[in-house]
Amino acid sequence: MNPQEQWIAFSTIVVKEVRRFTRIWLQTLLPPAITIVLYFVIFGTLIGPRIGEMSGFSYIEFVVPGLIMMSVITNSYSNVVSSFYGTKFQRSVEELLVSPVPSYIILLGYVIGGVCRGLIVGLIVTVLSLFFTDLQVNNIPVTVAIVFLTAVLFALAGFINAVFANSFDDISIIPTFVLTPLTYLGGVFYSINMLPEFWQGLSMANPILYMVNTFRYGLLGITDINVAWAFCMVIGFCVALFAFSIYLLDRGEKLRS
Amino acid sequence: MTPALSIRNLHKVYDSGFVALKGLDLEVQPGDFFALLGPNGAGKSTTIGVICSLVKKTSGDVSIFGTDIDKDFSLAKKDIGVVPQEFNFNQFDKVYDIVKTQGGYFGLPPKLAGQRAEKYLKKLGLWDKRNQISRTLSGGMKRRLMIARALVHEPKLLILDEPTAGVDIEIRRSMWQFLKEINENGTTIILTTHYLEEAENLCRNVAIIDRGLIVQNSSTKALLRKLSKEVFILDAQEELTELPQMGGYKGQLIDSHSFEVEIEKHQSINELFASLSEQGIHVVSMRNKTNRLEELFVSLVASHNTGTHTQANADAESRQGEV
Repeated sequence: MNPQEQWIAFSTIVVKEVRRFTRIWLQTLLPPAITIVLYFVIFGTLIGPRIGEMSGFSYIEFVVPGLIMMSVITNSYSNVVSSFYGTKFQRSVEELLVSPVPSYIILLGYVIGGVCRGLIVGLIVTVLSLFFTDLQVNNIPVTVAIVFLTAVLFALAGFINAVFANSFDDISIIPTFVLTPLTYLGGVFYSINMLPEFWQGLSMANPILYMVNTFRYGLLGITDINVAWAFCMVIGFCVALFAFSIYLLDRGEKLRS
Repeated sequence: MTPALSIRNLHKVYDSGFVALKGLDLEVQPGDFFALLGPNGAGKSTTIGVICSLVKKTSGDVSIFGTDIDKDFSLAKKDIGVVPQEFNFNQFDKVYDIVKTQGGYFGLPPKLAGQRAEKYLKKLGLWDKRNQISRTLSGGMKRRLMIARALVHEPKLLILDEPTAGVDIEIRRSMWQFLKEINENGTTIILTTHYLEEAENLCRNVAIIDRGLIVQNSSTKALLRKLSKEVFILDAQEELTELPQMGGYKGQLIDSHSFEVEIEKHQSINELFASLSEQGIHVVSMRNKTNRLEELFVSLVASHNTGTHTQANADAESRQGEV
């Protein structure tokens, strides 16, 4: 395929993905908005004032960046894992496999579809947070870059999960038993400086901690970790997962018999 | 002339250890309407899977219009449209979107993909269903949808795996007419089917595959000439109490107005009618007891299974170039 045809194929996949999650907005866009509003109400308005300040900010101001990031992570991951596994389950993935679309275009199409959903949900959550607190942006490039890279990273992870999944159970195991615990323990609701030294050290092994803190740095200017190192790590993960995904697609892992 | 499809020594061993293809050789000429026949598990779908990249071959060479799939599969795929046996479209998408999206995967600009989707949905009688969710279509409509989808990029080679399975007679015949039209317009068609009548009516050349090997490969006419005998059912105007005298013909009475007759290749049917006329029996209708190709198919597969028939690719010389 020439570059123009590749662009058409890429945009076709992205449009199809965006059409899919907007068509079922009651399942994809509304639930995270309601969940996050509940977080804002409970942790921000009801419990937050009793907790007091966290790193020099009110508790609601502290948790908003973490909750936005949590929405982006969850939705970019779940969009790709459910959509790509759905195409495997219905065998409509064969439409792509019999076409001349190169592997990297297939991957990019699904990843950008996941990124779109992650960012749209992130935007919805951000707008909703304005009903509970004022948002400031300390560093726009850092904020935009980290939220985009995080969405890419988890869309890639969702793609790999979908490739290996053999059943609908398999696409919920990683989000339930890995992603959710790592997110909750990734500094969304607290600063790791509050933890004993051992747990601080252990938390540093959690990649989500770096993304949440970098995003919080972008908005509030505070962080528990080194932002430059966080970017290196996220980019490194993105490159590694992209390469692994291409390897799986080229091999036809669980796609071609 | 560069063949539309060339397969040389194709082997496929699945991870389970099942050997699906054992060195299959096949060539299909441009413009042909070609049938690939075989019993369940013979290797038809595996062969098609390899051609369109859904199955990874173990070894062997496959070329589409001269393009080796190992060297440039992307280029080869542009020339192929495939209609699989199972429904494999998103059941929640609209009919029009499914066809147009497939055009996008082949690099057609959105406007052109939309025009092609309209053209083929109209030709296949699905235009008024274009905004319907695909899972709500009937089985026949779903099959036609897959044909429209396979044609949206106007491939030079169309491969149909059991395209009329579960389709009623009226729709089947309209699909045959449509396939004949696109073949006449230059599209090479390869068809697998269980309806041997379909192969006999549509296809100029036939290959029979069994246990991963081609056991017969010739023109449909040449293949039918190999029939050593045919069994006909004759309906008489008069009531029959016993089987009429038929000279050297074997037969048996079916009911009070019908009887069947075996006619050997060397026998003339005129003598039979002359004999019946002498007895005052008027034949009002006559038909083949079974599909002729079906008889041949059964005998070929049976002989291969008993080891009396080796791979008969050499029979390709009997092909009469009726492309």
